[in-house]
Amino acid sequence: MARREVAIVGFAQSASVRRETALNEVEMLMPILGEAKAQAGLRGPEIGFTVSGSCDYLAGQPFAFVSALDAVGAWPPIAESHVEMDGAWALYEAWVKLQTGEADSALVYAFGKSSMGDLPEVLTLQLDPYTAAPLWPDAIALAALQARAYLEKTGRSERDLAAVAVRSRRAAAANPKAQVRTTADVETLLATPYLASPLRAHDCPPISDGCAALVLACGEAVRRSAMPPVWIRGIDHRIEAHALGVRDLAASPSTRLAGEKAGATPGGVDLAELHAPFTHQELILRDALGLGADVDVNPSGGALAANPMMVAGLIRIGEAAARLAAGAGRRALAHATSGPCLQQNLVCVLERD
Amino acid sequence: MSAVTSILTPIRLDYTYTAGRATQRFLLGMAEGRILGQRCPQCTKVYVPPRGACPQCGVPTTDEVEVSGKGTVTTFCIVRIPSDVLSVPPPFTCAHVLLDGADLPFFALIQECEFDAVRMGMRVEAVWAPPAELAPTFESIRYFRPLDEPDAAYETYKEHL
Repeated sequence: MARREVAIVGFAQSASVRRETALNEVEMLMPILGEAKAQAGLRGPEIGFTVSGSCDYLAGQPFAFVSALDAVGAWPPIAESHVEMDGAWALYEAWVKLQTGEADSALVYAFGKSSMGDLPEVLTLQLDPYTAAPLWPDAIALAALQARAYLEKTGRSERDLAAVAVRSRRAAAANPKAQVRTTADVETLLATPYLASPLRAHDCPPISDGCAALVLACGEAVRRSAMPPVWIRGIDHRIEAHALGVRDLAASPSTRLAGEKAGATPGGVDLAELHAPFTHQELILRDALGLGADVDVNPSGGALAANPMMVAGLIRIGEAAARLAAGAGRRALAHATSGPCLQQNLVCVLERD
Repeated sequence: MSAVTSILTPIRLDYTYTAGRATQRFLLGMAEGRILGQRCPQCTKVYVPPRGACPQCGVPTTDEVEVSGKGTVTTFCIVRIPSDVLSVPPPFTCAHVLLDGADLPFFALIQECEFDAVRMGMRVEAVWAPPAELAPTFESIRYFRPLDEPDAAYETYKEHL
């Protein structure tokens, strides 16, 4: 069966904020869904498939993702699905659905209000429930183990990590949706205390509330869009072992493989949006994908500047697409991650006509 | 060597719930002894309690409406096991009550009524907490009790079962 060409025809995101106290998830999502659909030129009932990515542990309510459907308008009944993962994986499911020919358009959305709980502890529950989670290593501590392994293996320094933060914040200053937009120089950052050595606050993502929506289309449905279509030329995702102790934390073989399968050849892209919540993870991902200094990495500021859980990966794809649509390049790579220490990784290659 | 058949791994997570703008309005209404809903601008259905969206149309519900404390039992059951979250001892009657002017029935206790007298279509009214005890919570309505009115016709609530 010939592969159907799928385009991103709409993208919208909320501003990421530390604590959204006025709006519930449904109220946050509605204007964003409306904006993405309007860009795509599609009304709700015309959309063939709807899929979301979120995590009930963030809301502390079972089936919170079902409540969020209030924002979509599910009557008459719609074809709908959900992944308990970052919205980038919801996008993957939508892409597969479009490949089957059962739908010509899809609405993908993701939401996360981390502020309602204690995020580092909530993330601990991703771990093996028998031998790892009962020890309560939090997300920062686990990332610090990975950062240490990376620095030891490569000979890179905390200064290299700080440089990632400086570049990320500088880029985020031009992104009104970003949360951490204060610029700082490397020396100032290195003078701050450790959170978990070798990581300092600037090496870690902010805790964010936010949501995003993206519309995919095939064939005739693409022409309705107000946004120049950005084509998904390749997409793939790979997973590594659950137990952290059996992985080489200083590398990301799943990203390398997903990149190869998605057709992300080194030197072939103008810009890349990498879902690297921690500074050292951006370096690991650059190594895995062979991205050189000529590639504009995270022009949005990336997850170091805004990290709504379950959303930040989908935002990477939307940001890359929006930049191509605006003429910032012809070909881009977008990456999303899920799980502790880059356990699962998705890569997609985007192209403008 | 004996097999390990179980381990105990205590987990506790605390959350701060965000009611949202619409539900917040409803809860503040409860503290005033009022029942506030919102109307969908497209299909005109009135949701109580409101969540800020029409789940059928997927559009924001911005139009606030106050609905009556009188309504109709659409369905019910008699509960004979104790509840962790309700303060009433068993047996007690749980019901869905469709308030006059609303299009979404909500969960309620029925009291001041024999169990075998509760029925679908029965007309009921809210019994509020004393003014000093009104608060931004569902519990401001203590329960519903029967009204001395003829039963509502099935056609008037059959869409809400």
